[in-house]
Amino acid sequence: MAVPKVCGIETEYGVVLRGAADPNPVLASSVLINGYVEHHKVGWDFEDESPGVDARGERRAGAQPPEIETHLVNTVLTNGARYYVDHAHPEYSTPECSDALELVLADKAGERVLARSMLAARNLIEPGQEVVVYKNNSDGKGNSYGTHENYLVDRALPFATLVRHLLPWFVTRQVFTGAGKVGSENGAAPVDYQISSRADFFEEEVGLETTLKRPIVNTRDEPHADPQVYRRLHVIAGDANLCEVATFLKVGTTAIVLAMAEDDFFENAGGRKDFSVSGPVAAMRVVSHDPTCKATVELADGSRMTAVELQWEYLRLAQKYADETGLAMCGGPDVGGAVIGRWESVLTALEGDPSALDGQLDWVTKLSLLGAYVERDNLDWSDPKLALLDLQYSDVRPDRSLYERLVRAGKIERLLDEADVMAATTDPPETTRAYFRGGCLSRWPDAVVAANWDSIILDVGSDPLKRIPMMEPLRGSKEHVEELFATVSTPAELVARLST
Amino acid sequence: MPEQQRKQRPAPKERVDEATEVRTSPSEHGEKLKGELDDLLDEIDEVLEDNAEEFVKSYVQKGGQ
Repeated sequence: MAVPKVCGIETEYGVVLRGAADPNPVLASSVLINGYVEHHKVGWDFEDESPGVDARGERRAGAQPPEIETHLVNTVLTNGARYYVDHAHPEYSTPECSDALELVLADKAGERVLARSMLAARNLIEPGQEVVVYKNNSDGKGNSYGTHENYLVDRALPFATLVRHLLPWFVTRQVFTGAGKVGSENGAAPVDYQISSRADFFEEEVGLETTLKRPIVNTRDEPHADPQVYRRLHVIAGDANLCEVATFLKVGTTAIVLAMAEDDFFENAGGRKDFSVSGPVAAMRVVSHDPTCKATVELADGSRMTAVELQWEYLRLAQKYADETGLAMCGGPDVGGAVIGRWESVLTALEGDPSALDGQLDWVTKLSLLGAYVERDNLDWSDPKLALLDLQYSDVRPDRSLYERLVRAGKIERLLDEADVMAATTDPPETTRAYFRGGCLSRWPDAVVAANWDSIILDVGSDPLKRIPMMEPLRGSKEHVEELFATVSTPAELVARLST
Repeated sequence: MPEQQRKQRPAPKERVDEATEVRTSPSEHGEKLKGELDDLLDEIDEVLEDNAEEFVKSYVQKGGQ
C-alpha cells in the first residue's frame, strides 16, 4: 500500500581549488564545510550507518579559528540537512521533505549554502586561491559524481516489482530530467549534445555499486527508519538540476509512479501493465543522445515507441490514479495535481516544439544558450567554448553561474520565492522529523553531541548521554513537537518529557 | 477549425502564418528578441572564463557516486 512519499536529494558537487599548485579536492571540500560552520559543528553519528565508517566528527564549542580537518568532515545544519565530504566532493543532503515542492525548496537552499560556503572558505585558504563549486555530474574525462534521490517506499512491495517498473521509468523520464551535456563519455557513441549528463555512465540494470558499473536501479538498503515497514529507495540515475520546474517534475512524477506501484495500480487499472523496455542500458543512451526526442526504444512486447510516448502512458495511468485513489501520498491535490498538470504540458511541448521548454528544463535551457553561441560565433560543436558554457552553466557562484544569469534575465520559470529559499537554509521543513532535528540544533547546539537521520544524541548535563530514536520519518514534525519545544527550556527537560 | 476551439498546443512551424497574424509588427518583435539575446550573450561573454580550451581541460574531478 502506498506510504507517504517522504523524499530527499543528496548532491555531490564538483569542486575546484583554483590558484593552488597541487589542488586537493578533499581539502577544498573540507574548507567549504568548515568555513560554513564557523561556530559550531555537530558530529554525525555513524553507529547505525552501514557500511560502517569511523565516527570521528568532533564537537567544537564556541567561535575559534577553525583548524582544517579533512578527516570525514561531517555536520548537520539547523535546517536538518547533512553537509559533509564524500569521495572528494562536498555533498549536501537535504532534510526529509513530504512533497515535491518542499523538496525543490530544500534542494535550492542547498545551492545557497554552497555559495555561502565558497565565500566563507576564503578565510581558510591562501590569498589568491578560490574554491569553486559546480552543480553537475561529470568532468568530461570519464569521471562522474551523483545527484541522488531518496523516496520512502512500502517494504511490502517486492523489490523485483519495483525494478520492473523503475527501469523503463528511469530510461524515459530523462526527457525532462536531463541536465544537458556537450559530447559523450565512458565509451558511448560520439554525439554533439545529449539530453542527460549521466546516461553514458550507466552500465548495469540493477546493482549495489554506485562508483563504477553503475546500475540504473540501485539496491542500497539503508532505510534509516523501521526496516519492517519501510524501504528507502536510493535513486542514482538522475541529473543535477538547476531549473526548479525540472526538479519539481523529477521528484513529483517519480513519487506518483512509486505510489502506483505500491497500490498495484499497474496490474489492476486496466491499462498497460508492462512498460518494460528491451536492453534498458542501451536504451538509456539512445534516449539521451537524441535531443529531438524522436528516437524509439523497443518494448518487451516487440512494439517500438519514443520515450515521450511511453511517458504519456505513465501519465495517463497517473491521471487515472489521481481520479480513483487520490494523491494524498504524493503531495495531495495541490502539489500532486500541479505535478500532473505540468507533466502533461511538458510532454505536449516535447512532442511539438521542445524549445518551448527553455526556462523549464535544464537540457533545453542549456541547448538554447549554446545554440545561440553556435549561431552568433559560427562554432563547431567540438569547440571548447561550448564545453565551457556547459560547465559554467552550473557554476554555483551567483555572479558567475550562467543559470543564475538567465534567472536575472527573466529567462527561467521559478516556482520558488527567493525569500523562502533563504529561510530554508536555516529552517527545517515543518512536516517531517527534520523539524525535530533542526529544532534541537538551533535551540541547544552545544547539547547535540551527534545526529543521524533516525536518531539524535543529547548531552543533558549529566551522564549518560541520551539517545532519542526518530525511526518514523513523519514523526517529529512541527505539529507534533512545537508545543513540546515551547514548554521545555533544557535538553534534560525535553528528554524527561519524551520519557513520559 | 475555429481558433477558439483549438487545443492549446505549441504551433508547429507550418502554421507560422497564423502566429504572425496576431502580431502587429512581426519584424520589430523579431528584432527586439534578437537584440535582447545579443545583449544576454554580451553579458555572458563578460563573465565567461578566459581560455575555454585550457579551462575545460583543467576541470578534473574524482569519481563519486
